[in-house]
Amino acid sequence: MLVFLLRRLLQSGVVLLVMSLLVFVGIYAIGNPVDILISPEADQAEIARTIAAFGLDQPLWTQYLIYLQQAVRGNFGNSFVHGTPALALIVQRLPATLELACVALILAVSLGIPLGLWAGLRPASKSGRAIMGLSILGFSLPTFWVGLMLIMLFSVQLGWLPSNGRGATTELLGVPVSFLSWDGFKHLLMPAANLALFKISLVIRLTRAGTQEALLQDYVRFARAKGLRSARVVFVHVLKNILIPIVTVIGLEFGSLIAFAVVTESIFAWPGMGKLLIESINLLDRPVVVAYLLTVVALFVVINLVVDILYSLLDPRIRLSDQAD
Amino acid sequence: MSMVQPLLEVNKLQTQFPTSSGIAKAVDDVSFSLAAGEILGLVGESGCGKTVTGFSILGLVDPPGRVVGGQVLFKGEDLLTMDTERLRAIRGNRLAMIFQDPMMTLNPVLRIDTQLIETLQAHQDISRAAAYDRALEALGEVGIAEPAQRLRAYPHQFSGGMRQRVAIAIALINRPDLIIADEPTTALDVTIQGQILALVQALCRERQMSLIWISHDLSVVAGLADRVAVMYAGKIVESGTVRATLDHPAHPYTRGLLGAIPALHERGSRLLPIPGTTPSLLNLPAGCAFADRCAQVHGACALPPPDFAVGHDGPSHRVRCWLNHANSPNRIADAAP
Ligand SMILES: Nc1ncnc2c1ncn2[C@@H]1O[C@H](COP(=O)(O)OP(=O)(O)OP(=O)(O)O)[C@@H](O)[C@H]1O
Ligand SMILES: [Mg+2]
Repeated sequence: MLVFLLRRLLQSGVVLLVMSLLVFVGIYAIGNPVDILISPEADQAEIARTIAAFGLDQPLWTQYLIYLQQAVRGNFGNSFVHGTPALALIVQRLPATLELACVALILAVSLGIPLGLWAGLRPASKSGRAIMGLSILGFSLPTFWVGLMLIMLFSVQLGWLPSNGRGATTELLGVPVSFLSWDGFKHLLMPAANLALFKISLVIRLTRAGTQEALLQDYVRFARAKGLRSARVVFVHVLKNILIPIVTVIGLEFGSLIAFAVVTESIFAWPGMGKLLIESINLLDRPVVVAYLLTVVALFVVINLVVDILYSLLDPRIRLSDQAD
Repeated sequence: MSMVQPLLEVNKLQTQFPTSSGIAKAVDDVSFSLAAGEILGLVGESGCGKTVTGFSILGLVDPPGRVVGGQVLFKGEDLLTMDTERLRAIRGNRLAMIFQDPMMTLNPVLRIDTQLIETLQAHQDISRAAAYDRALEALGEVGIAEPAQRLRAYPHQFSGGMRQRVAIAIALINRPDLIIADEPTTALDVTIQGQILALVQALCRERQMSLIWISHDLSVVAGLADRVAVMYAGKIVESGTVRATLDHPAHPYTRGLLGAIPALHERGSRLLPIPGTTPSLLNLPAGCAFADRCAQVHGACALPPPDFAVGHDGPSHRVRCWLNHANSPNRIADAAP
């Protein structure tokens, strides 16, 4: 287990390094931030001074090395636009995005697994077919369109839910969260549902397919031959087996929830990282974009680690130390 | 009848699977009965419906397959029409089954102790501690060394033979009256096969348990069973005591299985495999399904063969065949001037 963790840490370091290089070069290629940062009336000397101040007069590889040197010490540079540390900007927005993604994940699991089980156990029933029909809809409708429709219906027509912002936040262990206050909860509901829709459909389909496959296995038939009650057969024998692939996929999808939050955050004006990213890309605020991407990569690394550990807990055939490659 | 009620009585059981190319009659008009403590060998080639017969008795046929007719009387009660909770209470308790492939029967993500204890707790109000003790004892009974350690293991930590022993321990843990053992040794190597066979036989005799031993191998059944039923294409073609059936096989298929087909018109006998393959269950002929593989096929075989007592060993030795039947259309035709 320890060997596994160490190896994983090393791999993650390499991934972060490669990632930072790609992002750095990529952003460099997009455009010159000086064009945006300096007012058009500035004279030549002022431009030169600004360029030197940001270190933009150095060759690319020198800029990258300086950046790396600083990054290792935890300094990801200041935002060109805000003038404050880029990482602090990201960390400040992180809780809003994480809260949105977590609530969406909880919705996906708590709705997707029961509905998928039901549809898997009764594939021919009306309710089973209806669930599958809805999941196809959830798969095919574009997120931004559904978001707009939700706003039209619940904010504009019915006036039940607010259409933008986080609402009132409450401190939970020093982190501001929305879900603890009624106002915050109302703000959270629609964006979370919007973000979750695709994942709910995914979990339904995974669970249904897994259930149907498990039901044909000999061990399920043997469990019934032992005279177990059907609740035990379904919730212990079937569910424990299908949870293995579901947990893997859901875990990996959690990363994409954070990534796709960009769309939802823009529609609902949710003050998260995604919104910050879009703004920063528009302004070519290189340090913020790089810091955002590195944060997301780091989150992915952590998520993958958690998934691997969960996986080994669920599946006794997997031992973490065995995964040599 | 004056006889005591049999433990299990299967009457005209019929199980079918609708498929895209027609209805497969996997079990068709199967009848047999079993007294308490008796061992029945159910024999036939692959695909003849042995496993489906076992599943039909326990109500475990997977949809779209369905038992479409007949009765399965267990201690006089019909399992096929019984309500599901009552059937559940009998399954795994009074009537248990061991499956063909030990690698697939145990749940891979549950520990052995869980799988044993849940079988006890499904049928009796027993504390976890007491159930654990029973589980320990049960593993010991099937010859697993260091049961306390093995209880905490997962199925993948056992060999095939060991897994089958665990499955047997699970099937036996509630001390059932009847066990259906579906070729529990075919997936194992020969020495392990012998051990498992001896184990099941000893446990049955010791506990006066009835046993249906499903096999494709008549010689295994010969040493184990009291009675034997030979199945072909979903039907029982011959049944009787082991002595009568093996010493005087009346159906050409049984003789084929025994490996020696006495060639009536030649001196001595030759060893021959049965030519041909088992017919498709989708479109069985109206007459005898074995006819096109039978060396003694004749005109009457185009008609549904009669099921009658052949006389060896009284009424219990029955065969489903036109040969030697008193009313065979051929004999009548031969006798006519
Ligand atoms: N799920 C199913 N769908 C369709 N047909 C089936 C299904 N299960 C069984 N059958 C049919 O029932 C027939 C009998 O199958 P069964 O498993 O009982 O054979 P068996 O005698 O146990 O053979 P083996 O010795 O190979 O185990 C098969 O030939 C098959 O055509
Ligand atoms: Mg079989």
